[in-house]
Amino acid sequence: MREACDLVVIGAGPGGLAAACRAAEAGLDVLVLDAQPEPGGQVWRGEARKGTNRLARRWLSRFAASGARFRPGARVVAAPEPGLLLVEEGASSLAVRYDRLVLATGARERFLPFPGWTLPGVLGVSGLQVLVKDGLPIRDRRVVLAGTGPLLLAAAATIHAHGGEVLLIAEQAPAARHWGFALQLWRYPDKLLQGAVLSAGLAGVRTATESWVLEARGERRLESVRMSVGGREEELACDYLGAAWGLVPNLELARLLGCEVSRGAVVVDDRMETRVPRVHAVGEVLGIGGVDQALVTGEMAGLAASEQPVPDALVSAWRRVRVFAEALARHDAPRPELSRLATPQTLLCRCEDVPLSALEGCQNLREARLYARLGMGACQGRTCGAAAEALFGWSAEDVRPPCLPARIGSLRLPPEPPPTPKRAS
Amino acid sequence: MPEPRVKAITLRINGRAFTVPAGTSVAAALALAGDFISRSDLAGRPRGPSCGMGVCFECRATVDGVPEVLTCLTPCREDLEVVTDA
Repeated sequence: MREACDLVVIGAGPGGLAAACRAAEAGLDVLVLDAQPEPGGQVWRGEARKGTNRLARRWLSRFAASGARFRPGARVVAAPEPGLLLVEEGASSLAVRYDRLVLATGARERFLPFPGWTLPGVLGVSGLQVLVKDGLPIRDRRVVLAGTGPLLLAAAATIHAHGGEVLLIAEQAPAARHWGFALQLWRYPDKLLQGAVLSAGLAGVRTATESWVLEARGERRLESVRMSVGGREEELACDYLGAAWGLVPNLELARLLGCEVSRGAVVVDDRMETRVPRVHAVGEVLGIGGVDQALVTGEMAGLAASEQPVPDALVSAWRRVRVFAEALARHDAPRPELSRLATPQTLLCRCEDVPLSALEGCQNLREARLYARLGMGACQGRTCGAAAEALFGWSAEDVRPPCLPARIGSLRLPPEPPPTPKRAS
Repeated sequence: MPEPRVKAITLRINGRAFTVPAGTSVAAALALAGDFISRSDLAGRPRGPSCGMGVCFECRATVDGVPEVLTCLTPCREDLEVVTDA
């Protein structure tokens, strides 16, 4: 199947929605692609059905009224030439021709390997939160969370609200850095409010700084965790462990399209245009900055893509968000101990079952791929890549198509439809 | 606050029927079928959903005959047939 549009937006989180709304309201034919069944991205997941978050409700109804078209379950697998995307949707394939593009691919959690991290019942922090929002039975289940920053509290609040028992929130940051960061929130009223709302439901839940997971234990699934809590070891029996340390941007499509990436973020100008002409980037791919950054930059890209002026107010709002984002990045930076949790037998690549010991002698990601098959499996290095960067300082390299497992038919341009027969008049 | 009434959906996981509230993802439903296992790794050890966001591919299973479906991005539907490889 073929589709054509003025603007294609990849990702229907807050950034993608804001860009799509601004451009579609200006009269552009906008097509929004997302792998999920509904718009909202990860942060507003389920809001299209539940509508409990006011900001999400406002943007989702604006999006529904904007005239932009939405294709759920759509994953971009290749970009064979400028202005063309190859997309897979369930069992069918789609070619999309576009004039402009907005990358709003968001972020994923930073997973770091530790003994037992592949056991069923061990998930990411937000990963566990998402599953609970999606109906995972959590009532009276015992949960330990190990990670960093505001995502820990958000996950704990969701689990708590669904009747789960949060035994411990383990924050990796040292107490001084953690509270220093919390005090900075005073300068950002919205963030402060969110923090207050989150902690309201969590009074009485044990929280410890300078704490992290050492090992997950169990036979067929998770049974207990061994933790380092403020310098002392303890073992806790539990049903679920959420363990991940902050977020990393999803840069695969940006790299595939040839956008410049510097210090782990896509480089853009004040119109959110990347170094590739007519390709814009918004939200977390600019460096982790949350919903505020996504909405501001999304609006900027939508305005720019539809040839409208970008107001100075938006540009300065974005600069303010970046100050907060940089404080968050300093807070969330994984401490060195977290890069030394894996033993030689611990798997680093979960797809190809590559243990840490298999990487001996490898100098970079390329050698690890060639000699040990690191990152050669189904997820294409999306999980072990960020881990290898934290453990060894190896940076990501070029991305080659297909950037996701794809059917052979999806990599072929579908044939032109036969010309419509002209009727004699 | 009263819970809004939600429709119940019946699906089959490895041949057994389970009833879940509408809006439940297939990955979340795997917890009902025992041990929250979606697949086996190369050595036969069990794996379960991990990232919840369609990134890690750990939650993949056969859904209505289609192999390697990401169950965390798949909502439960009536009469859905899910087969894990573990």
